Amino acid sequence: MLSDWPILSLVIWLPIAGGVLTLLAGRGGDGPAVRPIALVFAIATFIASIPLYTLFDTATYRMQFTEQVPWITTFSINYQLGVDGISVPLILLTTFFTVLVVIAGWEVIKYKAAQYMAAFLIMEGLMNGVFASLDAVLFYVFWEAMLVPMFLIIGIWGGHRRVYAAIKFFLYTFLGSVLLLVAILYLYFESGSFSLLDFHDVRLERVPQILIFLGFLVAFAVKVPMWPVHTWLPDAHVEAPTGGSVILAAIMLKMGAYGFVRFMLPITPDASSELDWLIILLSLIAVVYIALVALAQEDMKKLIAYSSISHMGFVTLGFFVVFSIFERNHEVAGAAMGVEGGLVQMISHGFVSGALFLCVGVMYDRLHSRQISDYGGVVNTMPVFASFFVLFALANVGLPGTSGFVGEFMVIMSAFKANFWYALLAGSTLVLGAAYTLWMVKRVVFGDIANDGVRELTDLNGRETFVLGSLAIAVLLLGVWPAPLVNLMHSSVAHLLEQAVASKL
Amino acid sequence: MNFDIAEFMPALPEIFVLTMACIVLLVDVCLDQERRVITYVMSQATLVGAALLTVALHTGGRTVVFSGTFVSDPMGDVLKVFIYLVSAMALLYSRQYLIDRQLFKGEYFLLALFAVLGMMVLVSAHSLLTIYLGLELMSLSLYAMVAVDRDNEIATEAAMKYFVLGALASGMLLYGMSMIYGVTATLNLAEVASYNAGILGNEIVMIFGLAFVMVGLAFKLGAVPFHMWVPDVYHGAPTTVTLFIGTAPKIAAFAMLMRLLVEGLGGFYVQWHDMLVVLAVLSIVAGNVIAIAQTNIKRMLAYSTIAHVGFMLLGVLTGSEGGYAAAMFYIIVYALMAAGAFGMVVLLSRAGYEADRIEDFKGLNDRSPWYAFMMLILMLATAGVPPFLGFWAKLSVLQAVVEAGMLWLAVVAVLFSVVGAFYYLRIVKLMYFDKADDHTPITAGIDMRVTLSANGLAILGLGLFPGALMALCASALL
Repeated sequence: MLSDWPILSLVIWLPIAGGVLTLLAGRGGDGPAVRPIALVFAIATFIASIPLYTLFDTATYRMQFTEQVPWITTFSINYQLGVDGISVPLILLTTFFTVLVVIAGWEVIKYKAAQYMAAFLIMEGLMNGVFASLDAVLFYVFWEAMLVPMFLIIGIWGGHRRVYAAIKFFLYTFLGSVLLLVAILYLYFESGSFSLLDFHDVRLERVPQILIFLGFLVAFAVKVPMWPVHTWLPDAHVEAPTGGSVILAAIMLKMGAYGFVRFMLPITPDASSELDWLIILLSLIAVVYIALVALAQEDMKKLIAYSSISHMGFVTLGFFVVFSIFERNHEVAGAAMGVEGGLVQMISHGFVSGALFLCVGVMYDRLHSRQISDYGGVVNTMPVFASFFVLFALANVGLPGTSGFVGEFMVIMSAFKANFWYALLAGSTLVLGAAYTLWMVKRVVFGDIANDGVRELTDLNGRETFVLGSLAIAVLLLGVWPAPLVNLMHSSVAHLLEQAVASKL
Repeated sequence: MNFDIAEFMPALPEIFVLTMACIVLLVDVCLDQERRVITYVMSQATLVGAALLTVALHTGGRTVVFSGTFVSDPMGDVLKVFIYLVSAMALLYSRQYLIDRQLFKGEYFLLALFAVLGMMVLVSAHSLLTIYLGLELMSLSLYAMVAVDRDNEIATEAAMKYFVLGALASGMLLYGMSMIYGVTATLNLAEVASYNAGILGNEIVMIFGLAFVMVGLAFKLGAVPFHMWVPDVYHGAPTTVTLFIGTAPKIAAFAMLMRLLVEGLGGFYVQWHDMLVVLAVLSIVAGNVIAIAQTNIKRMLAYSTIAHVGFMLLGVLTGSEGGYAAAMFYIIVYALMAAGAFGMVVLLSRAGYEADRIEDFKGLNDRSPWYAFMMLILMLATAGVPPFLGFWAKLSVLQAVVEAGMLWLAVVAVLFSVVGAFYYLRIVKLMYFDKADDHTPITAGIDMRVTLSANGLAILGLGLFPGALMALCASALL
C-alpha cells in the first residue's frame, strides 16, 4: 500500500539527500551533472508529495501519515511526524516551488551552482520538516536549521548589501526563535512530553499562558513578519537572489502563520482570546500602514516585499477575528471562515508573491536593475511576459477569478462579523493594494519604451514561460475553483477552533 | 598504612600513564631529531592504552581507595575517556604545526602527558589534597607548555601571566581549603560533606572557605570576573597549546567543580548557588559581548570559552541530577567543538604564518569548500544552531534551568546566545561571502585531514543522534 510508505520522511530526506549528491557531483563548485541531479530530486520530491493530497482523508481532523520513532530517550523526544489539512497544502506548495526555483536558477546561477542548488534542496527538506513535525523539539530543529541555507543563499548569491541583509535576517529570526525554545521547554516541564498533541491538551494557568503566548508571538511575528518586527524582510528580499526571494515569500513567511495556528491558538487559547486585540491591531497596521509604505517604493522587489507584509496581515487578522465572532454568536462554524480565509490567503499569496518575484527576476536577469524608473513600456518588447506580469499583479490586487480574491474575500467577510471597523480597515487594502500594484505595473509595463535597455529586451524563453505559466495556471485554478483546497482544511480548522475557544484555565 | 593490591586496581590508568610518561622521558633522551616521531607515537599509544584500561576497569560502581583520597566512579571514567580523546586529538593536530616551527620536541609531549595525568588525578580526587595535587600537576605542565616556544615574546609573556595568575588562584583555593580543613578537621570530601556546620557551628568560617574555593575554581574555569588571563594566554600560546588548554583541562575543571561543590560542599548549596548565578550570568554576558570586538580568532574563541563556561555553570547551579548531567554533556560537547575550531586555525597556519586573524578565514569556500563546510558546522554548532551538537548541549542545560524554575536565567542565557551567534556568523560570512586575499593551497597530512573531517562530521552526526551521548552523561551521574 502506498499509504503505508513513510511519505513524510521521504519528502524531508529525499531532497536533503539530493542536496548532498548535488554537492558531491559539483565538488562544491559546478559541474555538468549538478543541475540535472537537482532537478531530478526536486521533481521526485514533488511527485512523492502528491500522495499526501490524493490519499488524504478529509473527513477527520486527526493527524495522518503519522510516523513515530524514539529519538532522544533521555528527554522523551520523538521523531514524530504527521500532517493535517492545514499542513498538507503548505508541503505541496514547498515541493512545487522548489521545482520552479531549480528551473529558474538553471542558467542564471553561474557561481558555485552546486552549492546554490544544494542549498535549495536541503532547505526544501527542512521546510517540509517544519510543516510535518509533531514534536516540538523536532519542529524547532527544522525551524532553526532552515535559517542556515537561507543565510548562505542571501549572502553568497545576493546583491550589493547582501552581507548586511543576510546577517540581519539570521539574527532577527534567531532572536525570535530562542524565546520559542524557552516556551517549549516550559511546556515540556508542564506536560512531561515534547509532543505537540500533548501540548494541545496540557492545562495552563493564565499568567504562564500569557508568557508562553508572548514567547510564541515574538518567534512567529518575526517570521510572518508582523509590524513592527518586519524590517528584516525588505532587506532580505531585495538582496536575495530571485530564488531566495521566491522561497522566502512563498514559503518561509507562511511558517510564522503556521506557527500561529499550530502553536498559539491551540496551546494558549485563553491568552489568545484575551490578547486577540493586540494581534488584530498589529495586523491592521500591517494591512493599512505597510500598504502605504509600499506605495512609496522605487524598487520593485521592495514594493513586493512590503506588499507581502501587508497581505500577511490579512492572514493573521483572519486567524484572530475568530474570538470576537465567537463571543457574538457562540458558534464555531461562523468563525471558521476567518481561519480558512487566512489559510487560503497563505497559499494564494505563496503563489502570487512567488510569481511576482520571479517576474522581477526575469527583468533583472536582462537589465540588472530592480528600479521601477529604469523600466517603462516593457509590453512593447516583451508581450508574453507582460501578460503574465499583469495577471499576477491583478491576482495580488485580489481580482475575482484569481486566487487572491478568495482568501481576502473570506477574511473581510469574517471581519465584518466581528466588527465593522476591522472590516473597513481591512477592506482598504482593496484600494491601496490596487494602487501600489497597478501603479507599478503602469510604470514598468505600459507607456512608451523608456530607454535603450528596454528596447533591446527579449521576451521569455521556454524555461521562463514554463515557470510563469505553471504558476498562472495555479493562480487561476485556485481562484475559480478553491473548493479542493478549502475541503482539505475543513475538518482540521473545525477542530482547531474547538481547541481555540475551549478554555484551558 | 597497609595497601592491599586490589586498592591499586581503580588507579591503574593513572599508574599506567605515569609509568609510560617516565618511559617516554627515558626513550626520548636517546632519540635524535629525525626519530622524534617515536616520542609522538608513544605518547599517543599511552593515551590509547589509558583509554582501554579505563574502559576495561569500568565497573559502573563507585570505589573509594587509598584511605578515601581517590575515587573511581562512572562520572570520572566518562570524563577521563573524553580527556584522552581530546588530548589525543590535540597532539594529532599539533604534529605538523610543531614540525613547521622547530618545536617538535620531546618536552611538549611529556608535558602533555603529565598534564593529562594531573587531569586524571583531579577527576578522581576524593580529598582536598588530591584535588590540589592534580590541579597543580596539570597547571604546572600547562604553564610550561605555553612557554614551549621560549624565544617567542608573546608566548613567554602569556606563560608568565598564566603562571602568576594561576599561582594566585591556587593560593586562594588552598586558603579556602585550609579554612574548610580547619573547621571540619578532615580532607576527605565525604567527611567534609557529612560535617554539619549548622549544628556544630563555624558556619561562617565554612562559607568563607567556600568563597575562597570558589574564587580558585572560577580562576581555573575562566569565569568572569576571574577571566583576565584567558584571552591573553589563548592569544599568546602557540595555537596547538591553546587548543590543548581550551579543551581537556575544561573537562577536568568541571570535574573539580563537581567534586568540590557538589560532593564536598553540597550542604552549602544555597550559598554556592548564588555565587554561581553571578559567575554564570557575568560570564555569559561579558564573554559574548566582548567576543564581538575581537579581530584575532584565538582571542575570540577565548571569550567564547568564557561564555560557554557560563552556560555550563548554569547546569551546575540548578543543583539537580539533570542539571549536572546537562553540564557534563555541555562541557564534553564544548571540548569537541573547541578542538575542531582550533584545529581549523592550525590547519590554515603554515610554516612562518599564523592564521590567527579572523580575516584569514576570508574566502575559504573558494579555497576549499570542504573545510569551509567543516568550519561552518563547527561555528554554527558553537553558536547553538540545530541540528548540530552544540544545540543539544544548550537545550539540555536550558531544560534543567527551566525545570529548576529559573526562567529569567534561561531567558538571559538565550538572549545572549543570540549576541554570541553574531560573531560565529561573522566567521561564516568571511568564509562564504568574501573573496580570498590569500590563495595558498591548504596542505595538511592525511592524519590531520581525516581527524579534522571526522571532528566536524561528528559534530553533525552526533547532532542528528545526540541521544547516546546524553544518556551516557545521565547514567554517569546516577
